Amino acid sequence: MIVQIISKNFKIENSHKLKVALKHDRYSSLKRLFSLTPNEVIEEVAKSGLRGKGGGGAHTGDKWKLMPQNHEKPSYLVVNADESEPGTFKDRQIMEHDPHLLIEGIINSSYAIGANHAYIYIRGEYLFCTKRLNDAIEEAYKAGYLGKKVAGFDYKLDITVHRGAGAYICGEKSALLESLEGKRGHPRLKPQQKEPEWFFGAPTVVNNVETIASVPYIISNGFKNYRNYGTQESPGTMLFGLSGHVENPGIYELPFGVNMKDVIETIGGGVKGSKKLKAVIPGGSSCQILKADEIENITLDYESLKAHGSTLGTGGMIIIDKDTSIPKVMKNLFEFYHHESCGQCTPCREGCGWVDKILGKLLDKKGTRKDFDTILDACEMLNGKTICVFAPSVAFIANSYISKFQDEFYSLCKN
Amino acid sequence: MSKFEFSNKNEKKFQELLTRYPNKMSLTLPSLWMIQYQEGWISQDAMIYLAKKLETTPIDIHSIASFYTMFNLKPIGIHHIQVCKTLSCKLCGSEKIRSHLKNRLGINFGETTKDMKFTLSEVECLGACGEAPAMSLNDDYIGNLSIKKIDKILDEL
Ligand SMILES: Cc1cc2nc3c(=O)[nH]c(=O)nc-3n(C[C@H](O)[C@H](O)[C@H](O)COP(=O)(O)O)c2cc1C
Ligand code: SF4
Ligand code: FES
Repeated sequence: MIVQIISKNFKIENSHKLKVALKHDRYSSLKRLFSLTPNEVIEEVAKSGLRGKGGGGAHTGDKWKLMPQNHEKPSYLVVNADESEPGTFKDRQIMEHDPHLLIEGIINSSYAIGANHAYIYIRGEYLFCTKRLNDAIEEAYKAGYLGKKVAGFDYKLDITVHRGAGAYICGEKSALLESLEGKRGHPRLKPQQKEPEWFFGAPTVVNNVETIASVPYIISNGFKNYRNYGTQESPGTMLFGLSGHVENPGIYELPFGVNMKDVIETIGGGVKGSKKLKAVIPGGSSCQILKADEIENITLDYESLKAHGSTLGTGGMIIIDKDTSIPKVMKNLFEFYHHESCGQCTPCREGCGWVDKILGKLLDKKGTRKDFDTILDACEMLNGKTICVFAPSVAFIANSYISKFQDEFYSLCKN
Repeated sequence: MSKFEFSNKNEKKFQELLTRYPNKMSLTLPSLWMIQYQEGWISQDAMIYLAKKLETTPIDIHSIASFYTMFNLKPIGIHHIQVCKTLSCKLCGSEKIRSHLKNRLGINFGETTKDMKFTLSEVECLGACGEAPAMSLNDDYIGNLSIKKIDKILDEL
C-alpha cells in the first residue's frame, strides 16, 4: 500500500544535509522546471490534479491561476507550516527529514507564480524544524540554489522562515498573513469572488508544506505519472497519520483511494491492545466523527469521505477504542476550540465556551436533556454567521458527536 | 526612558531582517522572539523599546504579544515544561502524566516553583500525536512519556 513520492528520503541517514539530499534526487526537477515557462508549470500542476493538503483540498493549479499577471506589487509565496490541527503531524516529517524537498518545491512553485521571495510561516513550537529549515536554506544559498541566480538560471529567489508564537487560528490562511504582517492572527472577511490572498496588498499564494513538497515530483516526472497514483478526483498521494488507540501510530504515505479500515488494520496494526474499534476521526479533529460500522466501505479520498458525511481534512486519523467515553472526547475537543477561537466573532467566542461548559455539566451528571437544545442552539449560531470557517466546522462536528452517540450522551442526563 | 535594548547580536539580526520584508511591521513577531530569548520574558520596557523601533505604540505591541500564547509577559522558571492536553495524548494516557508532573513539582498548571526553577503549563496539540503522550521541555520535544521517563528527566535537571 505504501508509496514513496514525498517520503522517499525520510529514512535515509542525514537526509536533511544537502550532500546526501543531492545524491537522492533533490533539486533534480530544476532542469526541466527552467525549460518551461511559468504558465507551462502552472498548467502541468493543474493537469496533475494536485490538491491542497492543508485540510481544504483545493486544486493547487486553479489557485495559482488566480494570481494577476501584471500587478504593480511583487508576488509572494507563503508556505503554511503552522500545523496545529489536533491529530496532524505530517508537515513536521517533511521539514525534519527532507527540508531540501520543501526548498525545491518552493523554487518550483515560486517560479510558477512569479514570486521572488517566499516565506515559510512555521508554528512556534516547531523549533527543531525551524533550525533544520534555516540550516538547509543556508546550505542552499551557499550552493547557489537560492539567491540571485537559482541553479545558474536567470531567476532570483529568497526564502525567509517566519516563526509563529502559539495560536491555532494562524493556520487559517488570512489569519496567517495578518500574523506575518505583524498583527494579531485574526482571519479576514472573504471576498465574494475567488481571488488570491494579499500580503501587504501584494498578490500572494498560501499553500501547505506537503502541497509544495508534492510539486517537484510532478515537474520531474510529468503530470501523467503523478496521476498513476490515487483516484480520478483525488490524484496522487498523501501523508496519512495514525494516532490515538492504534498499535503503530505514525505517518504513512499512501495513494488516495485505499480502504480506511485496511489501513488501520494492516499498517496501523489494529486497535491498541486488540480492543474493539468504536470510532475514527478521519482527518484532524475538525472532521465529523465516524462510527466503527461506518468506516467499512470508506476509502481515503475526498469524495468517499464527503459521501459518508465527513471530510478528509489533513489525513490525520484519530483511532478511538470501545472503552472510550465519546462525551469525554467531545469535551476535550471543545476545550481546544474554546481556547483557540480568535475571539473576533461573538457567536464563536461565546458559543464554543458555552458548549464546553454544558459538556462539563453533563459529565458531572448535573445536566438534563434540555441542555442538548442549548448545544444545538449554539451550533445554529456558529454556522454561517462568522468571519471564518472555524465556527461552522465546530458546529458540524458537535452535531456529528451528539447525533451519532445520542444514547451515550442521554445516559449522562438526570432525566 | 526604556531600560531595554537589543544586544549587538540581536540588533544586527534586526537590521538584517529589515531587508527581508516589504514592511517593517512584519518584524513584530521576530523581534518579540529576540526579546524573549534575550530577557527570558517580555517586559513592559522591552515593549516600549520595540514600539519605538517599529514606529508604533506600546499598547499595540502589548495587544499583539498578548494574543500569542508562547510569549511570556511575566518571568518564568528556568525549565519550562509544557504538557499536551489534547485528544491523541489524552487517549494515550496523558492524564496520569499531567497529575504526576503537578504532584512532583508541587504546582498547578500556569504556575512557577518558588525557586524559579520550573514553570508548568498545559498546552494544546503539539503536533507530536504519533508519540503521544508528549510534552516539551524548553525548546525540545519529548514523546512516548511514562512516569518513569519523566522522573528520569527531572532527576537529571
Ligand atoms: C481554523 C483553520 C485552521 C487551519 N490550519 C491550517 C494549518 O495548520 N496548516 C495548513 O496548511 N492549513 C491550515 N488551514 C487551511 C488554510 O486556510 C489554507 O487553506 C491552506 O493552507 C491552503 O493550502 P493548501 O491549498 O495547499 O492546502 C486552516 C484552516 C482553518 C479554517
Ligand atoms: S469564526 Fe471564530 S476563529 Fe473564525 S474569525 Fe470568527 S471568532 Fe475568529
Ligand atoms: S494531541 Fe498531543 S501532540 Fe497532538
